[in-house]
Amino acid sequence: MSSEIQTQTEEPMHQEHPISLYLKIWLLLFVLSGLSYAVDYMQIQGALRWTLILFFMFLKAGLIICIFMHMMWERMALICAILLPPLCLLLFIGIMVLESNYTFLSRMLFFTSS
Amino acid sequence: MSTPSQNTGQELQGVSGFVADWSADKESFKVPWGKAMMWIFLLSDTFVFSCFLIGYMVMRLSVSDPWPNASEVFALEIAGHHIPLVLIAIMTFILITSSGTMAMAVNFGYRKDKRKAAILMLVTAVLGLSFVGMQAFEWSKLIEEGVRPWGNPFGAAQFGAVFFMVTGFHGVHVSIGVIYLAIVAIKILKGHYEQSGNYEIVEITGLYWHFVDLVWVFIFALFYLW
Repeated sequence: MSSEIQTQTEEPMHQEHPISLYLKIWLLLFVLSGLSYAVDYMQIQGALRWTLILFFMFLKAGLIICIFMHMMWERMALICAILLPPLCLLLFIGIMVLESNYTFLSRMLFFTSS
Repeated sequence: MSTPSQNTGQELQGVSGFVADWSADKESFKVPWGKAMMWIFLLSDTFVFSCFLIGYMVMRLSVSDPWPNASEVFALEIAGHHIPLVLIAIMTFILITSSGTMAMAVNFGYRKDKRKAAILMLVTAVLGLSFVGMQAFEWSKLIEEGVRPWGNPFGAAQFGAVFFMVTGFHGVHVSIGVIYLAIVAIKILKGHYEQSGNYEIVEITGLYWHFVDLVWVFIFALFYLW
């Protein structure tokens, strides 16, 4: 790669954001972690527990990817190349849920002593 | 920007930018190659960790024995108080703090303030090291209590296998990150990047470190809280 192209591609890459933005996100991540720990500490059970845990998890993951990893300021070609492939994991999860329900059922039917 | 072919698509945004970037007769990713490579590596690592977590999900859904209550297994007695999951909570806060210092290091890297960037990276490495230390403590505590990859006194035998595999693999990532951060920080302080004035390496290292934190977010929610 020639130096001319190098300097040209570098030009739009300078992402200077105010320090205050990072501090705010940092604080937000702290609060979200505290809240998800509180879910366990207060022994919230049932559907509310799963909803809250997953909600806080995705919020934290989103903040880290978008702000800390600067994904929201990248070009769409890079965003799609990195964030679309993991979507096929949803299919993988779906297949494995079916499979493990089947395993569970056969264990209950044939392998439990009671 | 002298010839028209060089700025094809550069000014386009969104979907038009996407089409132009992929169809133009030049590189698709307008980022330094090291950064694109790190992103692609992290994508592959995403699949590795996803396989572990999906394997864990399969075990949780298919065991007929009761799964150990993580809240109790990881509880500690501190000054006579029984606090559930306290060490894991502290580890989570430490990792988030290290992510914050890393984000600041990347910011100072952009500003070419090499001293501040390197010091913040070293702070990040020290926080990472304390995380690994706490994990070692947690491992030895559980091993002492009789948790093994093939069984444990609390319930379903698969618990130990998942615990050692998932947290072990994550711990290895943190340890490698600490080494990586230390090497880059020392190189910055020694003036290795002085001549080129190119401090992209700080951002690339930062991507790796944030990813390690990102994985912990999922492990914390799915393994420790579930």
